[in-house]
Amino acid sequence: MNVLIDKFDVFAGGFWLTLQICILAAIGALVLGAIVAVLRISPVPPLRAVGTSYVNVFRNMPLTVVMFFAAFGLPALGSNADFLRIPVLDSLFTRLGTDLPYFRFALIALVLYTAAFVCEALRSGVNAVPAGQAEAARSLGLTFGQNLRYVVLPQSWKASIVPLGSVIIAMIKNSALVGFFGVVGDLSATADQLTSAEGYAFVPVAIGISLGYLIMTVPLGALLDRIEKRQAVAR
Amino acid sequence: MDDVTTGEPLIVLDAVNKWFGPLHVLDDVSLSVGRGEVVVVIGPSGSGKSTLCRAINRLEPINSGTITFDGQPLPAEGKPLAKLRSEVGMVFQSFNLFAHKTILENVTLGPIKVRKEKPTAARERGLALLDRVGIANQADKFPAQLSGGQQQRAAIARALAMQPKAMLFDEPTSALDPEMVGEVLDVMTSLASDGMTMVVVTHEMGFARHAANRVIFMADGQLVEDAPPAEFFANPRSERARDFLSKILTH
Repeated sequence: MNVLIDKFDVFAGGFWLTLQICILAAIGALVLGAIVAVLRISPVPPLRAVGTSYVNVFRNMPLTVVMFFAAFGLPALGSNADFLRIPVLDSLFTRLGTDLPYFRFALIALVLYTAAFVCEALRSGVNAVPAGQAEAARSLGLTFGQNLRYVVLPQSWKASIVPLGSVIIAMIKNSALVGFFGVVGDLSATADQLTSAEGYAFVPVAIGISLGYLIMTVPLGALLDRIEKRQAVAR
Repeated sequence: MDDVTTGEPLIVLDAVNKWFGPLHVLDDVSLSVGRGEVVVVIGPSGSGKSTLCRAINRLEPINSGTITFDGQPLPAEGKPLAKLRSEVGMVFQSFNLFAHKTILENVTLGPIKVRKEKPTAARERGLALLDRVGIANQADKFPAQLSGGQQQRAAIARALAMQPKAMLFDEPTSALDPEMVGEVLDVMTSLASDGMTMVVVTHEMGFARHAANRVIFMADGQLVEDAPPAEFFANPRSERARDFLSKILTH
């Protein structure tokens, strides 16, 4: 088990990179998922069709395949991924600016994939609001946007937050794939480096990596349980 | 009640048809409602009366025919439809007050967000309306803290806050405990005598008798009878209306 102490810096570095990926991907997926959810519940049929197709494609495709498309398809648009540079984010998350473009490709794949599930979690919250609420808002002359903003969304987020949390937890675990698509040094790629390159025994390394993921996911799960309990009391 | 109709009618339905799948829920319905007129729609359940009421502000789109409000055909979607709906008050069977907002916020949301009124002015008018329907002391409570009758009166105040040209009532007393029906009907009767144009779907025959200018009887999606209440209740012309009245009036 010495590897956990001797190579603590390697584990910590992997943890830090995975955390960065997860924070960026969560933000991206929440924003994109919210947009897709609005499309899916919009009163305009073509917009609805766009939202529905998006969910059908990305919810039903294995993440590995989405990663393949991102890592081998996106370079066709420019192999250094300059078209994906975001000035302020690059300086906050240094790996965005310096690393191989695979960091960004993997991030895009994770965002696209997770957004489909975020959309459905948000929509399940919207569906939990009785239809009469939106009907009453429409009868007053509120537009679709006002209806969402003032009537539906303030009531729907409570029902969305628990499924949304599960989606983010799943995303954190899914991020383990990025190491196989060119991203160097994330938490799960650490295993590969320590076992095949440096010859450490696999089980202690795997335990170290598991701990890294648990540090991210367990507190998130506990937070969700608390929110759920408080809701149950309020009801 | 005298004939208060003046000028062109406010609401006109012309040969309106609607299907729910194979069910012909509105079958060639034509109807016009004059300004200031109170029209009560009655009929057995499933006769299409709620659908008729909801079609007037396009909560239910229709398959064919035309509906005109204040001289304009109903817009399809978007801003023009929202504007039309802001001019037609709607009161639902299940109240549909916004559960996360106080009674006063329920009443002022439309005026502030749709009409862009100043919040202070909207609140003042909202309180006056709540006073008019007798629940000014409940202004800061949430809907779930009120009785059904109070909630429905708040819903009427919410609709009135938009200063609508007409009010639609979709079975406003059907979800209420019997002792609360009266307080809601009182508010509706006072609205009617103030000259509000109203379309009321109801089972309250007393209200139909004393507050309506006309009674519409619907069955199987068709508009079967259209007569002043005294005439309709004393002398229904159709077999179906006689049958319906005999069932509800014998108890």
